[in-house]
Amino acid sequence: MQQRNFVVTVILVLSVTFVSAQDKFFTKNGRISFVSKGNIETITANHKSVTCVLDSKTGVIQFSVLMRGFEFRKALMQEHFNENYVESDKYPRSEFRGQIVNNSAVDYSKDGVYEVKVKGKLTIHGVTREIENDGKITIKGGKPHAASTLVISLSDYKINIPGIHRDNINNTVTITIDCPMEPLKS
Amino acid sequence: MRKLIVCLALFIPVALLAQEEDLLKQVEDSANQKRYVTAAFKSSRVINGHSMEFIGKGVLDVRILHRFGPVNSGIKEFFGLDHASMRMGLDYGLTENLTVGIGRTSVNKEFDAFVKFRPLRQSAGEGSWPFSLVWVSGITLNTMDWVDEERKNYFSSRLGFYHELIIGRKFSDKFSLQLAPTFVHRNMVPGADDDNDTYALGIGGRLKLSKRIAFVVDYHPILAGRAPNTKDPLSVGFDIETGGHVFQLHFSNSAGMNEKEFITNTTDDFWKGDIRFGFNLSRVFTLSRRR
Repeated sequence: MQQRNFVVTVILVLSVTFVSAQDKFFTKNGRISFVSKGNIETITANHKSVTCVLDSKTGVIQFSVLMRGFEFRKALMQEHFNENYVESDKYPRSEFRGQIVNNSAVDYSKDGVYEVKVKGKLTIHGVTREIENDGKITIKGGKPHAASTLVISLSDYKINIPGIHRDNINNTVTITIDCPMEPLKS
Repeated sequence: MRKLIVCLALFIPVALLAQEEDLLKQVEDSANQKRYVTAAFKSSRVINGHSMEFIGKGVLDVRILHRFGPVNSGIKEFFGLDHASMRMGLDYGLTENLTVGIGRTSVNKEFDAFVKFRPLRQSAGEGSWPFSLVWVSGITLNTMDWVDEERKNYFSSRLGFYHELIIGRKFSDKFSLQLAPTFVHRNMVPGADDDNDTYALGIGGRLKLSKRIAFVVDYHPILAGRAPNTKDPLSVGFDIETGGHVFQLHFSNSAGMNEKEFITNTTDDFWKGDIRFGFNLSRVFTLSRRR
């Protein structure tokens, strides 16, 4: 009798863990790239180790990116990005913490492409702002893939462009996010 | 007891749900990952001497250096600006930690070439390393006509060599300091009693004044084997950065533009006002397609 109860308890515990593991998905190798089209040259950079976590039950979605991880073609551009613009030593990380507003519209158990609305707080260069953006959740084989494109203004995040470069560097930057996620086993 | 276990089991998922707010915390490694410290100096030279900085892989640095006449030569010489000597140079970054360079100076019609290698690089975060270690070896070739055409002249007499070890650290966002024990060998020296070998200690410092302007000092006290009537080269100046260019404007008692020249041939005394204006202009081009 005692043994059976123990077995029941173990099954209970395991099943609970199992279910909750299926709810959350994450990646540490998500990709973010940004493009800024200036008069003289187009600035692009790529990041290959973006952290993203999604709770399919609540629709909570969070991103984190180390600013030093952005790779530019030009070494000097990368140095200036870190030293002069985003000040990576002072503000090493950028984050987004938000919520899929229409999470109920996504059926995480069924393959397909779902248009979503995401709302939350974006922190770059130490400045936090409320943003709202459209995105896409693609479910394939039970795994979600989050993708989105958003446009931000550098001035909103107090990233200053010095006078002599103001004509060459665009104040708006287009950011593309691409995060295929795996189940998170807690 | 059994009931207690069952109760606990039921509570576990609740506890998990309560933690949900900070999802990132559940997957993130420690934020303090190891990373290299960058931009200790704006340029690959402090002023005259090499700095601990590298230009990056696949980057070509075109360097134009000018040194003018003594400022105290007066208005007639336009405070030295009437007389200019120059060095044109090309540096290329073969890897992140290996740079080669060539140059040609108008003084003595001299060619020079160097190899610069960084075996250790300063880093921050977990498992960090406190300083950068850089090795530079160079050769100089004087192509002036022989002073005495009559005697037996050897090609090797035109050559000079220098080797230096740079130990540098970026102490803070604003302040960097490096020490560079330097050895210069000249195959031929002007006087019979002159030393062929000269030892100096390079001291280079940078104080960042703003994001794009820095104050720099480059001092090379001679430790041994001083060439007769020469002084310790001292230069102070400003680095001004504008995108792909770095302008280094400075005042110095030295007119030399390679290590052999400024360590063994600086005859002016900085403290007596025998200083010259000079500038280094650096423009980088990224040649490789992918980093």
